[in-house]
Amino acid sequence: MSQPTNVGLRSWIGYRGGSGYLLWLLHRATGLGVLMFLALHIVDIFLLGFGEDVFNKLLFLYRAPWARAMEVFLLFGVTFHAMNGLRIIIQDAFPRTWLHQRRLVAVEVVLFLAVFLPVAWIMVADFLGGAG
Amino acid sequence: MSERREGGGHNRPAGTGFESKAWFFMRLSGVVLLGLAVFHLYWMHFAIGVDNIDFQTVVGRWSNPLWRLYDFALLVFALSHGFNGLRYAIEDYVRRPGRRLVVKSIAYVAGFLLISAGAYIIFTFDVGAA
Repeated sequence: MSQPTNVGLRSWIGYRGGSGYLLWLLHRATGLGVLMFLALHIVDIFLLGFGEDVFNKLLFLYRAPWARAMEVFLLFGVTFHAMNGLRIIIQDAFPRTWLHQRRLVAVEVVLFLAVFLPVAWIMVADFLGGAG
Repeated sequence: MSERREGGGHNRPAGTGFESKAWFFMRLSGVVLLGLAVFHLYWMHFAIGVDNIDFQTVVGRWSNPLWRLYDFALLVFALSHGFNGLRYAIEDYVRRPGRRLVVKSIAYVAGFLLISAGAYIIFTFDVGAA
């Protein structure tokens, strides 16, 4: 028999430890991503000191289409990191809840989608409507 | 570094040393940021919207010292939470001691510059002159 060749994303994630690993990875990736934006954001606010003209002229950076797309990523990152972090805090404060991690993750995912999807939709629609 | 846990986070490091306090601080600042950062993002990007923000928006907000205090608290908690998280990532991925020292030093200098720049503009910005 030949070796299995179907070594896709699913089996790679499964090999690394399943949904727990995926959540851990997403928590780290969104954390580092939000930190990168925070650094950029502090720099742009610092530029307030250079006066109204300089600051307002630089705002085109945040109004460009690619920046508006990044804004949806920022919304995703902050919302996911907040909800997953809240679950971690709850599980640390009440250790018995570790027995119900799968159920808590299911609640987390539903809550995340319930908040993220409508807000992202309105953000995108607002941009597309505003640009059109 | 304590043991990495499935689903995110780490088990609390043993004892009462720095790592144990850092672990607790991540939970504490996490709760604070659930209020400060999440409200800030949803208010500025969703309720107001990027298209409606310019220099005068900030002048309006910073005319009230309480908003400066809010933004300073957000700056301090977000940076300390974020840079401690970055420290965890560096310790996970940069294994060689010499290289780790270099990467950590760069990160700490960047963190110091960012908190200085942020605090400077929050407390020196003159809304009267603007």
